[in-house]
Amino acid sequence: MNALALYGRYAMTSLRAQAQYPAATLMLTAGHCAATAIEILGVFALFDRFGPVGGWTFGEAALFYALVNITFSLADLLTRGFEVFGTDFVRTGAFDRVLLRPRAAALQLAGHEVRLSRLGRFVQAFAVLVLASHLVPIDWDAAAVATALWAVAGGVALFGGILILQATLAFWTVESLEIAHVLTYGGVQAAQYPLNIYAAWFRRLLTFGVPLACVTYYPALAILNRPDPLGAPGWLLPIAPVAGFAFLGLSLLAWRAGMARYASTGS
Amino acid sequence: MLQILVEALAKTYRVAERAPGLAGALRGLVRRRWREVHALADVSFSLEAGELLAFIGPNGAGKSTTVKILSGILRPTSGRVEVGGLVPYEDRIRHVARIGVVFGQRSQLWWDLPVIDGFDLLADIYRVEPTRYRHRRDELVAMLRLEPLLDQPVRQLSLGQRMRAEFAAALLHDPAILFLDEPTIGLDAPSKLAVRAFVRRLNREQGVTVLLTTHDMHDVEALAERVIVIGQGRLLADGPFASLRAGVLAERRLHVDFAGPAPELDLPRVTVRARTERSLELAFDPTDIPAPKLIALITASHAVEDVHVDEPAIEEVIARFYDLHDAHEA
Repeated sequence: MNALALYGRYAMTSLRAQAQYPAATLMLTAGHCAATAIEILGVFALFDRFGPVGGWTFGEAALFYALVNITFSLADLLTRGFEVFGTDFVRTGAFDRVLLRPRAAALQLAGHEVRLSRLGRFVQAFAVLVLASHLVPIDWDAAAVATALWAVAGGVALFGGILILQATLAFWTVESLEIAHVLTYGGVQAAQYPLNIYAAWFRRLLTFGVPLACVTYYPALAILNRPDPLGAPGWLLPIAPVAGFAFLGLSLLAWRAGMARYASTGS
Repeated sequence: MLQILVEALAKTYRVAERAPGLAGALRGLVRRRWREVHALADVSFSLEAGELLAFIGPNGAGKSTTVKILSGILRPTSGRVEVGGLVPYEDRIRHVARIGVVFGQRSQLWWDLPVIDGFDLLADIYRVEPTRYRHRRDELVAMLRLEPLLDQPVRQLSLGQRMRAEFAAALLHDPAILFLDEPTIGLDAPSKLAVRAFVRRLNREQGVTVLLTTHDMHDVEALAERVIVIGQGRLLADGPFASLRAGVLAERRLHVDFAGPAPELDLPRVTVRARTERSLELAFDPTDIPAPKLIALITASHAVEDVHVDEPAIEEVIARFYDLHDAHEA
């Protein structure tokens, strides 16, 4: 069985395990939906009080919000194994079990758990996307849909890369790794607003360091058919999400270095 | 055929030393001091296909480190290891596809899944061809009497039931070598016997090479023709258990029940280990005085109701061996 098919088997296995506790899964999903939906109210309150911010209407800002939240919800759904790698695998020794199986460790961790409750964020973000489409309004032609899907794919790769980096740190220290949340949850918060409202150094960080802007801001501009107020060339906007895949590639290189280290320390 | 080759194996861990308290933790962030721990130092042995070897030693002796290196999880500091022609830690994925591992303390199965679903998933992970898988699975289910458990989630199994399922899980891909790390720990007596019978059968009938670590000396007695004793990272003995016993504690024990009060005996090179009002436990070396001769000597001058001879318990032999080699837990 090839890697992708095996990943599918892992995913089904995880879903069946969660189906053993249907009420709990449903409650968690609803709770996650409610908890994350609060944030769009914050964005709305800001625009309601001050009017357009940085040249953007609430409807347009809602698109940024929806795009990054859809992206993050999917990444969060898929990367649980890496998120808990330090605490549930390295510290407990369960990682040895992973290494005893004749498959890439990263594949096994990716398949560790598909966390259904994360669909809560997806549902509310999708609702916001529908709302934004009406408010702007957005013309969802084939190009716009393709750009959106491509942006989400690049974004899932980027967040996946961040989680893999967090997991990689666990090879060196099993201390608390909350610092990665600055990049994930903090990144989502930052990318909910259009990039041009931020200071220059922060914009550069979100473009070249942790390229969140490349998977949300630039493709969203392409979907809205608007030029970048900061002057990025128009051809760049739809291809920017490739940066997410580049980030994931670099993360996997770091992961391999960590694996080599684990084999020589055993802890 | 040589299946496992270990030459001059050494493993040194660097452990960060940390002063106690918050101040110590902070100082540790700035400048760490390292201490070297030699988990293994110059261990060599080899194993033929079809052998059954028990690895014993006190806690912290280096047993787990050896098993981890042999199973490809850990890279040694120096030395050479080959298992079935592969270097485990250089070629992890190919290597682990050919071995089976059972940890007594750690489950390989999926907690929330029915046993059979875990087996199916493992077959896909190990790329076992479907008809071969079904054949092998049915064979193991029959040998381990798993039929009534297949539909139960693993979390509902008792420890004994779970260990049987663990054994099947480790063998679905038909490995030539099986590593067992304390496979009987925590099991009740019938489960221990079942595990030992199964391992023996696997070894004798299917020719699976078995390397087991254990603290349960009855495992050793029941299973292993060959024993390696390891202490403080060094190999202390390698051979049949009988020769280990002969070298360490050759004495036998004679238990005598007398018709009247137990007498004072004055026999050369025979010591009284224990006495009650009407019985004695004597220790003697059969090369000094054979058991029949000793019994004859005693029955000639005293009224005796019963005698029996036994050997020191295996635990006692091993403890004495550790004493001799100063190999207690560090």
